[in-house]
Amino acid sequence: MSAATIFFAVIFYAATAILVAGLAYKIADYYRTPAPLKIPTTPAPTGTGGVVLRMLREVALFESLFKSNLWIWAFGILFHGALLLVLLRHLRYFTEPVWFWVGWVQPFGLYAGFAMVAGLIGLWGRRFLVERIRYISTPSDHLMLALLAGIGLSGLGMKFLMHTDIVGVKAFFLGLMRFDIQPLPADIGLYVHLTLVAALMIVFPFSKLLHAPGVFFSPSRNQADDPREKRHLAPWAAELEKN
Amino acid sequence: MAAAEFTTPELKEFPAIPALRPDAMAESKPYVASDKINAAIGFPGELVPDWEAKAIGRLGELLKKYRSLKVYLDSCVHCGACTDKCHYFLGTSDPKNMPVARQDLLRGVYRRHFTLAGKLFPKLVGATELTREVLDDWYKYYNQCSECRRCSVFCPYGIDTAEITMAGREILDSIGYGQKYSNEIIGKVHKIGNNLGLPGPALEDTLQGLEEDVKEDTGVDVKFPMDVQGAEVLLVTPSADFFAEPHIDSLIGYAKVFHAAGVSWTLSSKASEAGNFGMFIGNYDQLRRIALRIREAALELGVKRIVVGECGHAWRVAYSFWNTLTGVGAGATDPFAIELQKQLDHRYKQPAHICEVTWDLIQQGALKFDKEANDHRIVTFHDSCNVARASRMGDAPGGQFEIPRSIIKAVANKYVEMAPGTTHEATFCCGGGGGLLTDELLELRVKGALPRMEALKQVVDRDGVNFMATICAICKAQFTKVLPYYKFNRGMVGGVHQLVSTAIKLGSND
Repeated sequence: MSAATIFFAVIFYAATAILVAGLAYKIADYYRTPAPLKIPTTPAPTGTGGVVLRMLREVALFESLFKSNLWIWAFGILFHGALLLVLLRHLRYFTEPVWFWVGWVQPFGLYAGFAMVAGLIGLWGRRFLVERIRYISTPSDHLMLALLAGIGLSGLGMKFLMHTDIVGVKAFFLGLMRFDIQPLPADIGLYVHLTLVAALMIVFPFSKLLHAPGVFFSPSRNQADDPREKRHLAPWAAELEKN
Repeated sequence: MAAAEFTTPELKEFPAIPALRPDAMAESKPYVASDKINAAIGFPGELVPDWEAKAIGRLGELLKKYRSLKVYLDSCVHCGACTDKCHYFLGTSDPKNMPVARQDLLRGVYRRHFTLAGKLFPKLVGATELTREVLDDWYKYYNQCSECRRCSVFCPYGIDTAEITMAGREILDSIGYGQKYSNEIIGKVHKIGNNLGLPGPALEDTLQGLEEDVKEDTGVDVKFPMDVQGAEVLLVTPSADFFAEPHIDSLIGYAKVFHAAGVSWTLSSKASEAGNFGMFIGNYDQLRRIALRIREAALELGVKRIVVGECGHAWRVAYSFWNTLTGVGAGATDPFAIELQKQLDHRYKQPAHICEVTWDLIQQGALKFDKEANDHRIVTFHDSCNVARASRMGDAPGGQFEIPRSIIKAVANKYVEMAPGTTHEATFCCGGGGGLLTDELLELRVKGALPRMEALKQVVDRDGVNFMATICAICKAQFTKVLPYYKFNRGMVGGVHQLVSTAIKLGSND
């Protein structure tokens, strides 16, 4: 077993643990922190069904962003939609036999790789070209885009420039999932790709990537507009009434 | 210190996003609250010696109490969608008035002290220590946000800068660095019962004077009752309605509506103020204590309905928060709220906005109007931010837009809408909301009004609009002050119930 195999096995176990535990901690923390006042941005749905629909529109269509800025929306939805397809396409490395619908996704996922990188370039370009966005950008904003673009480009590279032994890659990841470590093909493109993916998994719970779980906990979006009909009281606020 | 000289921005036919002018508003800040003002409402008198530790400690407490704060500080991706949405940025070009940059003033300190990334790699993630410079930036720029929530409409995660501003001000107050205007008013509301410090006897005189004026004007005995036990309706209205122009004309409008519909109503000397500046400073305790006056007045007077006058943030507090804070509402199961909710008549919404009351009566045919009486006016409607984006009227979402417009169209013949993107949920703040309606912030207020003034100018030039109706005491006061800077007549702003008052037929409803 090569040192590289052991290195990537360790790093992917660690990255997975950090991603899952970190996100679980953050989500539990968001869940437990009370929202003491009703603050939906109105007009807002008056019931739970409407809130679910609003949230669906927000996470699937980026409704608010669409109202806000068509450029950011276009690049944003291009990137996220493509990322979703790419992730689904990658399920074939983790399932045996491959689920039938993952087979259908394959060709879309392939082109989505280009769309994803295009979306990232668009978003990154705005960080340089639009003065207002240049002003608010931090080094980590650039680094995050670099990380994602690096993942996309190294992935596309393995598909179109220097093929890697994907049967071996699949055996490695299936092995990881069964705690039976298999050799990882020795390939520089693959090493780069996997290192960047592990890095992304590790920074996820500590970075602005928390917008993914965060949006579901945003009181301005997830609260129903019913304050006159229902009494909404946080535990710490209820304590005040006992005096 | 007199307000510095400044140039009123030019009204452009096609409004543009300005280029950044860093520190353009770095000199703009309200007066700091004095020792005496702070002491009266339980805040430290002046900046405490260990303010840095105290401020970070307070931030930590708020993060445990407010999900909004925690989620919003974590979730921003710096996408830039909000950067051109704030009226203060559009009017001043100061980049720190872009909502995301305003949030980042607090987010930087949050990252440094409460996140792993900020502790390990502060430079990388924009984390900052709470230096005196940062603290002063908080004071300046959290007092250049009117908490209007326009940015929250456009943020893909619904991040509401108002929540961040409120947290910022709450932290500042907790270390003795609060602003004079809001804190002084909060002191007055506790001591005297209203924001303007109008004592009971003066109020009674004013109301009596109003009865005489209306009698002279219309020949009808329209009453302005106060502290009437057993009245059906308790009207809680911003205290500006009692004496300021044009506010008072709306108060006359409410009284005429109640008179014409034969509804018994009363004001309360104890709760002679709908405004609640506790919200502006983000202090839950103050928000609650100020709101509790309404509960007490309602219980004492035994009223069946509670109705709120034309006031934007007051309606947010009433509609969205009163049930939580005071039990004015419905659906409670706990003894504290049930005590009051038993007393209220739940055939009506509790609390109700005066526009809901008037619109219901219009639909029932209980009010008659001479619409031609408003024919000298070509009317447009300015949606007030807190009504538009933080409350509702009626049964369906968006009622807060439709009901005031329906009333206007029922009482006036000529109505014009301002440009899309400047009304309804995308409305621009008047520039004076959120506890900024003070003279030392005049430059900010004038510049912050720019987007609204541009939209107004379009309809003035195109349609000859000469009356901008609104349902907010702060909007009315702010526009009265800033309209002349843009060469408009200050008298062109007024209330929806001012229009009602002009057109309503009294006394012969059968």
